[in-house]
Amino acid sequence: MENINVNQRLDAKGLACPMPIVKTKKAMKELESGHIIEILATDKGSKADLKAWANSSGHQYLGTIEESGVLKHYLRKSSNVETKNENKHPHTISNEELIPLLEKNNQAVVLDVRESAEYAFGHIPGAVSIPMGELEKNCGNLNKEAEIYVICRTGSRSDLAAQMLTKNGFEKVVNVVPGMSEWTGKVEGI
Amino acid sequence: MAIRPMKASEVAKQVFNKAELFILDVRNEDDFQDWKIEGSNFSYLNIPYFELLDGVDEILEKLPAGKDILVVCAKEGSSIMVADMLSEKGIDVSYLEGGMKAWSEHLEPVKLGNLTDGGELYQFVRLGKGCLSYMAISNGEAAVIDATRMTDIYLKFAESKDAKIKHVFDTHLHADHISGGRLIAEATGAAYWLPPKDAEEVTFAYNRLEDGNEVTIGGTSMNIHSLYSPGHTIGSTSFVIEDSYLLTGDILFIDSIGRPDLAGLAEDWVGDLRESLYNRYKNLSNELIVLPAHFMMIDELNNDGSVAEKLGVLFEKNHGLNIENEAEFRKIVTENLPPQPNAFKEIRETNMGKITPDEVTQREMEIGPNRCAVR
Repeated sequence: MENINVNQRLDAKGLACPMPIVKTKKAMKELESGHIIEILATDKGSKADLKAWANSSGHQYLGTIEESGVLKHYLRKSSNVETKNENKHPHTISNEELIPLLEKNNQAVVLDVRESAEYAFGHIPGAVSIPMGELEKNCGNLNKEAEIYVICRTGSRSDLAAQMLTKNGFEKVVNVVPGMSEWTGKVEGI
Repeated sequence: MAIRPMKASEVAKQVFNKAELFILDVRNEDDFQDWKIEGSNFSYLNIPYFELLDGVDEILEKLPAGKDILVVCAKEGSSIMVADMLSEKGIDVSYLEGGMKAWSEHLEPVKLGNLTDGGELYQFVRLGKGCLSYMAISNGEAAVIDATRMTDIYLKFAESKDAKIKHVFDTHLHADHISGGRLIAEATGAAYWLPPKDAEEVTFAYNRLEDGNEVTIGGTSMNIHSLYSPGHTIGSTSFVIEDSYLLTGDILFIDSIGRPDLAGLAEDWVGDLRESLYNRYKNLSNELIVLPAHFMMIDELNNDGSVAEKLGVLFEKNHGLNIENEAEFRKIVTENLPPQPNAFKEIRETNMGKITPDEVTQREMEIGPNRCAVR
């Protein structure tokens, strides 16, 4: 299975409703924006409730994995950056334009800069995963000649990533907008 | 103010009495939309408990003054939390003990009538799920029909009536709830009867329930006659008890008829369904009291909480019995059907003995409303 990096873990095993959510809410306050929390729970109802709570409180519910009776829930704390900043990278492509382009051009690189947990629960087949926070030190691994389509959830992190790659000498960098939140093409993941 | 636990049995009484009750359901919206406690004079507010973690001030004005308020959640923990918060604000509330889990598992016995020689017929109304099961008692012996998985309730009830359970029947292989029939038979040494056409894949021994079988309970005093009536499943069998009651299983309900699609064979079985309803039942006495295995809506309950109506009345009023055109009938029962019951495939496999899920899983599988009918 793919490795899921998390910033924080919360053990709510053995706790009955409402405690898993009460504890998650508290932990979420401490968590940095954009960071990922993993919540371990045994209460079966916690999945639907965490999902609904995340939606209503603006956090991002990524998914749940069940392993020998334990539910592992992944949530990402909402990040202000994504809702406020205006995108600055000049070259963009829409989701709709990217789908046929990927079918034709198998040389194109899709670079997914979301957190590994977000990537794990659903990404474009063949997309390279380098989370935004690790991009600067890892961008040397990418081919400078290739067309790179940078994608995140809503187009904000990918905008920052595209700017950063351009600064580092990449010339054919395109930001995908809006990104995975409205992606209708093929997806693979857990 | 102290908060008060309310038992599922108390809520059941409120449903039967058509009492007024305000239900504050603190489960998430999807669960509430899918399934809730139904009562003719109940009113509702659904606010998930996780919206109330910071306080209940926002909902105070939405709570009615002078009405009983019951806080409900899935298992009770969250409803206690919310009830405590409301209580601190000086509002008098109860919470549902055991939550919707307890509600789903509660059976309310209702006496339908007396049989020959002091015999009695009881209907067990599972309000939370719309399931109906039956116990006929005569001369120290009992028969159970379409039992739910809460087997203790039947065992204790028979004991309280000094009756030994001798026969256990399932009218068909159920797809919406887990049958307790086999376990009751094992616990009591009773015979377990199943229609063989529904039991081709079962992993245990059973008695073949076929058209025209006669079973007597308590010596010679009570007679149960079986009547093959396929359509909901290919094996579906009805019972006539003492020429007075017609137990229809999932073929005919009070305000709807059975659906033929839960085993994936709607096209094959629709003709059988038509034949059972429009010919076999038509030849029976209109005075028979129909006792189905389900109800869909709370309006189908009689004033005493029972679900029962004369066959003649159903032939007049039940829309599903009044579709003269066969093509139209075929269309209605095979197209635009309601969603299939939660986990119906796994429930069928459990009832065949192919899988044996633990109790928590069984509970999960049965979650949600009943969906065995076509209106």
